Amino acid sequence: MIEDTVVKKDSYTSTTNACKLCTPLGACIAFKGIKGAISLMHGSQGCATYIRRYLISHFKEPIDIASSNFSEDTAIFGGGANLKQAVLNVSNQYKPELIGISTTCLSETIGDDVGLIIKSMATEIDHDYKVVHVSTPSYTGTHESGYRGTLRAIVEQIATEEKSSDRSVNFISAMLSPADMRYFKEILEDFQIRYRFLPDYSETLDGALWDEYKKIPSGGTTIDEIANMSKAIGTIELGYIGSESESVSKLLKEKFNIKDYRVGIPVGVEATDNLLKIISEISGNNVPAKFLNERGRLLDSYVDGHKYVFGKRCVLYGEEDFVVAIACFLSEIGIIPVLCGSGGKSGKLKKVISSRIDGFDEKQIKVMDGVDFSEIEEISKQLKPDFFIGNSKGYSISREMNIPLIRIGFPVHDRFGGSRILHTGYRGTQALFDLIVNTLLKEKQDRSSTGYSYL
Amino acid sequence: MITDLKILKERERQVYLKGEEPFDMKCDVKSTAGSVSQRACVFCGSRVVLYPVADALHLVHGPIGCAAYTWDIRGALSSGPELHRKSFSTDLTEKEVIFGGEKKLYQALNELIEKHSPKAAFVYSTCIVGIIGDDVGAVAKRVAKEKDIPVIPVHSEGFKGTKKDGYQAACTALLKLVGKGDIKGISKTSINILGEFNIGGEAWMITEYYKKMGVEVVSVLTGDSRIENIKKAHGASLNVVQCSGSMLYLAKKMEEEYGIPFIRVSYFGLEDTSKALYDVASIFKDNTDVMEKTKILVKEEVLKIYEDLLFYKKHLTGKRAAIYVGGAFKAFSLIKALKFLGMKTVLVGSQTGNDEDYEILRDMCDDGTVILDDSNPIELSKYIVEKKADLFIGGVKERPIAYKMGIGFCDHNHERKTPLAGFKGMYNFADEVYSTVMSPVWKFCPIRPELYDNPFLKRGIL
Ligand code: SF4
Ligand code: SF4
Repeated sequence: MIEDTVVKKDSYTSTTNACKLCTPLGACIAFKGIKGAISLMHGSQGCATYIRRYLISHFKEPIDIASSNFSEDTAIFGGGANLKQAVLNVSNQYKPELIGISTTCLSETIGDDVGLIIKSMATEIDHDYKVVHVSTPSYTGTHESGYRGTLRAIVEQIATEEKSSDRSVNFISAMLSPADMRYFKEILEDFQIRYRFLPDYSETLDGALWDEYKKIPSGGTTIDEIANMSKAIGTIELGYIGSESESVSKLLKEKFNIKDYRVGIPVGVEATDNLLKIISEISGNNVPAKFLNERGRLLDSYVDGHKYVFGKRCVLYGEEDFVVAIACFLSEIGIIPVLCGSGGKSGKLKKVISSRIDGFDEKQIKVMDGVDFSEIEEISKQLKPDFFIGNSKGYSISREMNIPLIRIGFPVHDRFGGSRILHTGYRGTQALFDLIVNTLLKEKQDRSSTGYSYL
Repeated sequence: MITDLKILKERERQVYLKGEEPFDMKCDVKSTAGSVSQRACVFCGSRVVLYPVADALHLVHGPIGCAAYTWDIRGALSSGPELHRKSFSTDLTEKEVIFGGEKKLYQALNELIEKHSPKAAFVYSTCIVGIIGDDVGAVAKRVAKEKDIPVIPVHSEGFKGTKKDGYQAACTALLKLVGKGDIKGISKTSINILGEFNIGGEAWMITEYYKKMGVEVVSVLTGDSRIENIKKAHGASLNVVQCSGSMLYLAKKMEEEYGIPFIRVSYFGLEDTSKALYDVASIFKDNTDVMEKTKILVKEEVLKIYEDLLFYKKHLTGKRAAIYVGGAFKAFSLIKALKFLGMKTVLVGSQTGNDEDYEILRDMCDDGTVILDDSNPIELSKYIVEKKADLFIGGVKERPIAYKMGIGFCDHNHERKTPLAGFKGMYNFADEVYSTVMSPVWKFCPIRPELYDNPFLKRGIL
């Protein structure tokens, strides 16, 4: 048993090698999922440039984020004038359908009221693009909460009208890969149900080569689709962590009385079963044979590979909702996620995980939120896991401890193809399962003095 | 006007086409609001310069992002401690934003110094600190006294200027260390290497050259440097400044305070590297040995790679390059090196060039070359296609622009991992350019329909 004192953080402790990113980064990712949208960060240049660089290193796509470019004067007299000029310049240059404004710590601290600034702008100039704004000070959240808050702000500011039902479903995705989004859309299409998918960065953040430069890459959820979300008969929202005030499904329920379904990110058989059951229920259609076949093959492989993974111990980290999903999947195949860590601090992580994992207490699973990589390292040295699973940021620990790291989630910037990693559904679970089994086999093989060439 | 591309009105004078009159570039100004600048902030400038100091604690005072985005992002190598590769942040929360972050800063410094025993600590102020008004200097002083190591505030609030101001803030911080060390026994034939950050081991290579020339290197600022060496920097007879943008200020200050003269050099390309070494040798002309040794060294090093370079040149001749880099000085060397490989520069720009820089660029370029100051993705992508570039040289943020359009790319900033300095570096550079420009994949790219007969397009399937 690990002493809790090791992990106790008092409120004055600093952070070493953060296991989180700042709030507007999540906003920028969410805005990437809207067709014709461009992000504008209200603050100084550096934040926008750093966030661009960070996103580019994972997605390997052009990602433009404008900044209202604070100077010393702006910081003293307020950012209203800069923001207005920025909106005008961005609209002239990009001809966007939507400008997504997120704030930074700086503009929040000096107390700019972005909503008010935009309102006063609207009376001064005509424009044919939408402006959505979201408050994203980093000192109160993480990129994960920024992502959720932005989706909520988008829907809140665009889906304002009640419309008559067209028996469709709204699908609100968690912060996953473009490959995951493509797969969700494939599922919905195969169920033959009309759907509205938010946010859809499957193409904007993982697109083809261009023959001429596009100011804004094609793809994304249209503004119309968002405006028509009130037509749905149900909203499926991935992830348990977001609070009610961050939840899009809750909002649509309160406003338009649309039934809300909160489900976990579907990794593993149980979680995917649960999602497909709900889609089946809403659509009134049976699960297409294609997915039943995928499920069948997955279960077959679970049986073939169960011994290689059983009882293995791993350290898992990442965004809270992602950690929940992966922890459930690992438990389902007999791996113990001895440490589930996240830099997020919703306060719900332990409750959600413990309620979803059989034998949580006996397995002595440690759940830590608000954690950084120096703490993860310290604890990992005591827990001695068989592998790490999470984004690239755990690499330095994995290297030092000489324990393999399985790279999933965001960011993956020391490997190729981060945006094409499929984590979800039976198909994504299959890929993950194979990857985990093979990683463990490789370890065993490499460490063996014989080096068997058969399993 | 060179094209129909919409340039932001405020930016009209930051884009120039060689051959047009008058030449009246506007530069050295804040980025226009709403422009997607490729620039970073003051903090970024300071962080670049101080980052390679490997035995110091680099604590970023502010909310988490500024530190998280700079965690281990640079390729600056250390031969010993690697404290610089960790990302330390005071990770301010709402409470501190309201009530001030001094307490947390004090505690963070104490804790981290105890845990990591650094030889000094740099405390970077980020935007928010400039607003909430923490007295970082007072905290630093107190901790320095208690822990008996230098604790140096770096005034790098992001909004208080541009990246250049960040360089200056970093130099100011370094100046607090210079002069504090014991300089007994330092040779008269000695230099400091300024503006060399040991990306992929470049500083090691260059130090080796100087050693072979019989020149003592007292301190490298800041590649693979240690606090002890920085403290001795005033013992050198000459400052050799590379990448003038970042370290010129330090050189000037050291000239004022310690009477150490400086020269500006570049270690990029055969021509500039040789010139750099000869320039240094000629300053130590009392020591005739040095020049002799330098001649031998240059000859030996050039011979090692010359044949290979001719191979690359044969294949690259006539290819067209676009350059967009941080400092303009780097662009000068790149243009020359590309010329050596038979390549033509069709676009050149920088984030932080000044009037003088742009005039030099203009003089170096052929008519028709586009010259840009503080550009953005729309301009860059438009011009690289229009100018039919085969190669784009830039940083991580420019890479996807080049690739999306199907144009080769070579990384030339601090995040790369390959050494491009010195003679060996020229070989690496040529090899990298060759491996991107000559790849067979470009024929499939939509901007070159003439190179690949797409069967689906004809039948209308795609
Ligand atoms: S907050 Fe300021 S210092 Fe930090 S990245 Fe943004 S602009 Fe730079
Ligand atoms: S100031 Fe805030 S928004 Fe900007 S990079 Fe830092 S944490 Fe992120």
